[in-house]
Amino acid sequence: MKHLNIERRRPKIGVFDFTGCEGCELQLANKEDSLGAFLSAIEVVSFREVSSDNGSDYNVALVDGAISRPDEVERLKEIRQRAELLVAMGSCACFGGVNRLKNAYDLDEANREVYGDCPKQTMPTMSVKEVVPVDLEIPGCPVCKDEVERVVQHLVWDLPLPTYAYPLCLECKQRYTVCRFEFGELCLGPITRAGCNAPCPAGGLGCWGCRGPAEAPNYDEFFALTAERGFDRQIVRERMGFFGGFDHVLAELEKQEQHEAIHDDHA
Amino acid sequence: MLFKILPKEEFRALVEMILEANEVIAPKAIATNARGERIHQFLPIRSFEEMDLEYKSTEYSAKTYFLPYRENLCTFEFEGEDWQQSIQYYIQPRAIIGLRAHDINALLKLDKVFIRDRFPSPYYISRRKNTFIVGLDHIPEEDEFSRSMGTHIVTHGFDLFLTDLSDRYFVAINSDRAFSLLQKVKTRDVADADTHAYLEVRRRIRDGFKTHIEVHSLPNVLDLEFTSKVWTKWGEKCLNCGSCAAVCPTCYCYGVTEEVTMDFKKATKVKQLYSCNLVDFARVAGGHDFRSDKEARLKYRYYHQYRGFLEDYGEPKCVGCNRCGRVCLAGIKPAAVIKDLYEESV
Repeated sequence: MKHLNIERRRPKIGVFDFTGCEGCELQLANKEDSLGAFLSAIEVVSFREVSSDNGSDYNVALVDGAISRPDEVERLKEIRQRAELLVAMGSCACFGGVNRLKNAYDLDEANREVYGDCPKQTMPTMSVKEVVPVDLEIPGCPVCKDEVERVVQHLVWDLPLPTYAYPLCLECKQRYTVCRFEFGELCLGPITRAGCNAPCPAGGLGCWGCRGPAEAPNYDEFFALTAERGFDRQIVRERMGFFGGFDHVLAELEKQEQHEAIHDDHA
Repeated sequence: MLFKILPKEEFRALVEMILEANEVIAPKAIATNARGERIHQFLPIRSFEEMDLEYKSTEYSAKTYFLPYRENLCTFEFEGEDWQQSIQYYIQPRAIIGLRAHDINALLKLDKVFIRDRFPSPYYISRRKNTFIVGLDHIPEEDEFSRSMGTHIVTHGFDLFLTDLSDRYFVAINSDRAFSLLQKVKTRDVADADTHAYLEVRRRIRDGFKTHIEVHSLPNVLDLEFTSKVWTKWGEKCLNCGSCAAVCPTCYCYGVTEEVTMDFKKATKVKQLYSCNLVDFARVAGGHDFRSDKEARLKYRYYHQYRGFLEDYGEPKCVGCNRCGRVCLAGIKPAAVIKDLYEESV
């Protein structure tokens, strides 16, 4: 169908959930004022939150949830094979999310803690891109529907994809939000990718980094400024580790410190 | 300029009169910070009591009421093969009460860019003309350096400017509409005693400045220190968060994007204030980036403040309010950066 002489596609979309709360999928059914238009711009082939259809002729797969079981790996690979384009949706799919916290523990112990004497098959939690190639990522816990719409508009019209290179602080400023650090609270805003419109600081909660890192955050300065303000190093790292988006930074940091510790022992 | 004496109870009547027909923006205490100090912001008020003219400073300038952080420039509606554009400049008349001299000077600088330069902005002009400004003198905060920037005194750019003489205001009247409005309350002529009291307050303001920056050869020092290590030192600290530019009363750089509704029937051209410290500020078509490191981005912010703007408009862009210095989590303060530069050049 042409509109203003531009060809408009109607992507066939399948939505698939893995380990997660399905909150991102609910978010897709949110924003009622444009929901009708959203659903008619695409063809929903498989999406259990809004339709009982369960087709397999999709060309775009929206995947939410982390990968934490061997059967999920197989299912994801199958989806990847069918889909021309795979979008990881939400912090779990993009980074492993809250589920990833278990990776810091012994797997059997974690299994016992959660399932008692009915253990489930499990494995260390992975993000989607650790299993199959990912074309687009929409981070967030949950995803922000506006951003999903922009991605769909890209698929339909080739409109430019939204990019948020800068950290959250700018969006707090746009909303006239008082900086959480003013209240003596910790906030990951200065290192976290914008694009959510900063609802948490505006609602009185410092950022927890669910959207992962902005482009080229200044970690050194962030660690320095949080230390200066008296935040315990471990508390800052735990906050950064919560959604998994900063895991690579934390891992690098620990490696460095171990290296330094060994160095100190030798000295 | 005309001067009058306005008793405080008459000022209240005046504000209530303005409130009847206009949106009124004024400093409002909205919270208490970790140090137990009240936090103020310029926000809409609905009664005289909501306003707190004892405020010391605001985290944000009142810039957003002239240059909104996000603003719709126009909308498009598509129908068939055709489309229509609509533009809305009109805004409700508004009053801002309690602006500092440096904040009004900031507006005068923006006027030069958006009213008097080659490309006047109808959006800015409509807001500026429709805003009634009541300024208010204050004893400077310790970190303010507006005296260095010559912006602690303001002689135009407002409708009324008040100086607090404890039981009464010494009022400077600078517009017809302000003059007419004052006819509706009781004022009296300025007596010698008022003038003495006024000048005494002005002296206290002048002598109240604790922070000074060297400005008279600053543009040259900036050129001489273009490759200075000072930029590395402060640039390495920069978080690239853009907060400095956001709270600055004069930073006006922006980006424009188009947003389309989900039914693809309407589009909006959205302007968003941007900051030269943001990582993708100078990224252009083809992925080229002519300011890819943060030290250069920070440096060029200072260049625009104290050199570039001066070349174009004959005065620095900075008004010395130090909001950027306070909001910066990394502690980058103009007074410290400029001091470093001078020490480097000795």
